Amino acid sequence: MAGAAPYNDERAREIIKAHMSLEGPALPILHALMEEFGHVPESAVKDMAEALNISRAEMHGVVSFYHDFHREPHGRHTLKICRAESCQSMGAEKQANEFLAKLKLSWGETTPDGALTVEPVYCLGLCAHSPSALIDGEPVGCVDMETLDEIVAEARR
Amino acid sequence: MTKIYVPLDMAAVAMGADRLVAAIEKEAAARGQKVQIVRNGSRGMLWLEPLVEVETPAGRVGYGPVKTKDVAALFDAGFLSGGAHPLSIGKVDDHPWMRQQNRITFARVGVIDPLSIAEYEAHGGGAGLARALQLGPAATIEEVTKSGLRGRGGAGFPTGIKWKTVADAPADRRYVVVNADEGDSGTFADRMLMEGDPLSLIEGMIICGYAINGTKGYVYLRSEYPQTAKVFQAAIEAARKAGWLGDNVRGSGFKFDIELRVGAGAYVCGEETSLLESLEGKRGIVRAKPPLPAHEGLFGKPTVVNNVLSMGTIPMILEKGAQHYADLGVGRSRGTMPLQIAGNVKFGGLFETDFGIPLGTIVNDIAGGTRSGRPVRAVQVGGPLGAYVPVSLFDLPFDYEAFAAKDSLIGHGGLVLFDDTVDMLWMARFGMEFCAIESCGKCTPCRIGSTRGVETIDKIRRGEDVEANIELLKDLCHTMKFGSLCALGGFAPYPVESALRHFPEDFHKPALEAAAE
Ligand SMILES: Cc1cc2nc3c(=O)[nH]c(=O)nc-3n(C[C@H](O)[C@H](O)[C@H](O)COP(=O)(O)O)c2cc1C
Ligand code: SF4
Ligand code: FES
Repeated sequence: MAGAAPYNDERAREIIKAHMSLEGPALPILHALMEEFGHVPESAVKDMAEALNISRAEMHGVVSFYHDFHREPHGRHTLKICRAESCQSMGAEKQANEFLAKLKLSWGETTPDGALTVEPVYCLGLCAHSPSALIDGEPVGCVDMETLDEIVAEARR
Repeated sequence: MTKIYVPLDMAAVAMGADRLVAAIEKEAAARGQKVQIVRNGSRGMLWLEPLVEVETPAGRVGYGPVKTKDVAALFDAGFLSGGAHPLSIGKVDDHPWMRQQNRITFARVGVIDPLSIAEYEAHGGGAGLARALQLGPAATIEEVTKSGLRGRGGAGFPTGIKWKTVADAPADRRYVVVNADEGDSGTFADRMLMEGDPLSLIEGMIICGYAINGTKGYVYLRSEYPQTAKVFQAAIEAARKAGWLGDNVRGSGFKFDIELRVGAGAYVCGEETSLLESLEGKRGIVRAKPPLPAHEGLFGKPTVVNNVLSMGTIPMILEKGAQHYADLGVGRSRGTMPLQIAGNVKFGGLFETDFGIPLGTIVNDIAGGTRSGRPVRAVQVGGPLGAYVPVSLFDLPFDYEAFAAKDSLIGHGGLVLFDDTVDMLWMARFGMEFCAIESCGKCTPCRIGSTRGVETIDKIRRGEDVEANIELLKDLCHTMKFGSLCALGGFAPYPVESALRHFPEDFHKPALEAAAE
């Protein structure tokens, strides 16, 4: 799975440099850092601010604005469960709450063994197959508790 | 060699299409049968996904929904020559769902291999651009204006007028930006078009670039659609290779290229100015208007921002002529709308039809009511900022103005069905919560009002001073509507107010009952 490489300043600077010819490179860089390391630590923020010639505070502002970028690594796998209206019409909210309670997690938290982070997402465009989810970027439709349990078991393997 | 189609559409994949392809290949090999599997877009009959189609001399025969465990039985039934099987739906083109539609934007989706330039051209692709090049930029814009096409992203602004504003703005460079942020719950048409016929979006962008004298296009795609990004990136590369993009577009001497950019999970970045900020690499804070993006858009340059569906319909309009499109629809809603039918629905999917179709016809006749089999209670039309429409308003025609007259909106054309178990007070609370989560934070009514809204609804749920708190909720909605800079804070009250107006009984449940839930 993506984002597993340990953080490395030199590699991060390479990634930043590789995107500098783009117009407005900040988001592509942040996505590339997430792809490589699974998070965007403070030293990456500092290096990006320097490369883009903006203040570190401004760079922080950008990183923190977007739900996709986070400062700490997540679990080895990420499960995004849709909780938007269409999925709610099929009982997604109740199901997700029961699932989270079973794992003793709140939204955004990671299982203590580091296997799985569970995040909310607001529509995956799979609304004719509600409830839906994404596991490490792979879509799943008509999700029931059995599917969720399998995902957890698979993640822990 | 038999040609088999298995969609690459994300909805089909979510229901196991990739595993199915592997199973069919394996079974065919074991039986010594030669098959060629084409990954097409989805036909939009999403309840049948994965829908497997087999090419036969009589036409394409469909089977769905197919699970990997059905594969052996399908081979046994002779599905490679269209044999009978309980999963067979007969000839796909003859299916009532397909025959009742008027597919213009989605004409090729599900039919062709989305990444084949040759198939695209064999199905009319390129004719629109050829005609635009013949007409010249000004007459091309005139055609778009005459077609009556309005923005499909939600606001319904006339596309031709937007293009003309950009073309007329003095500048050394102009941009074409496509809004593929598609954040509304209940919508997936942008995704399906980009996966099923990405070249039509690319052709639309080229035509736009030519018309406004711009050479660079961006597509801003939400990150929740990773599969779409892969397909669309492959389409860009195929288009470059075939000379559709680059320094000399199809030998015309016109230069144009497209870059795909991926968002980062912020709903507000679907708002066009927030999107531009995000493309520039900033926080997605909404800009005050004026200046309009048409005057000062991306990097301060005149910019067309159009939704995927608006832009993807352009080639068809140019190909068939403005009049053909303008002749369809009702009132000021011209042409067709790709409806997206979702939620607690029996037959969910994409259904493209002329404007004017009554809501009840869509919900009952086309969608077949709910999946649960219980009565429909409400339909949320137009995403999280759209109203909950009760059954008593089912004669409303699908038309921008008719919906607006009922304090509703058609938005991006999504319809989410709810059965009679829905708790409308909870849905109202969710509407406020969503606004609080996604607010860009620029205006107080949106940022603070939505949080107050959640708290107030929680008090109503607990049965505290219900009447007073309903009044407070109404006041909050009013403040948000009139004190917000963009439609996130400005329209978030619509679902709340509609819930209150049409389903007041849910706001007056005895506290005990609410507590027991
Ligand atoms: C909060 C918010 C979210 C929006 N999300 C989208 C979106 O996901 N896709 C879209 O095309 N338009 C969206 N819009 C509308 C855009 O601001 C803009 O009107 C549209 O992209 C213009 O293209 P069109 O004229 O082709 O519709 C949104 C507006 C708001 C206020
Ligand atoms: S209404 Fe909300 S989302 Fe829109 S500009 Fe104001 S704070 Fe931002
Ligand atoms: S609302 Fe859950 S996939 Fe659209």
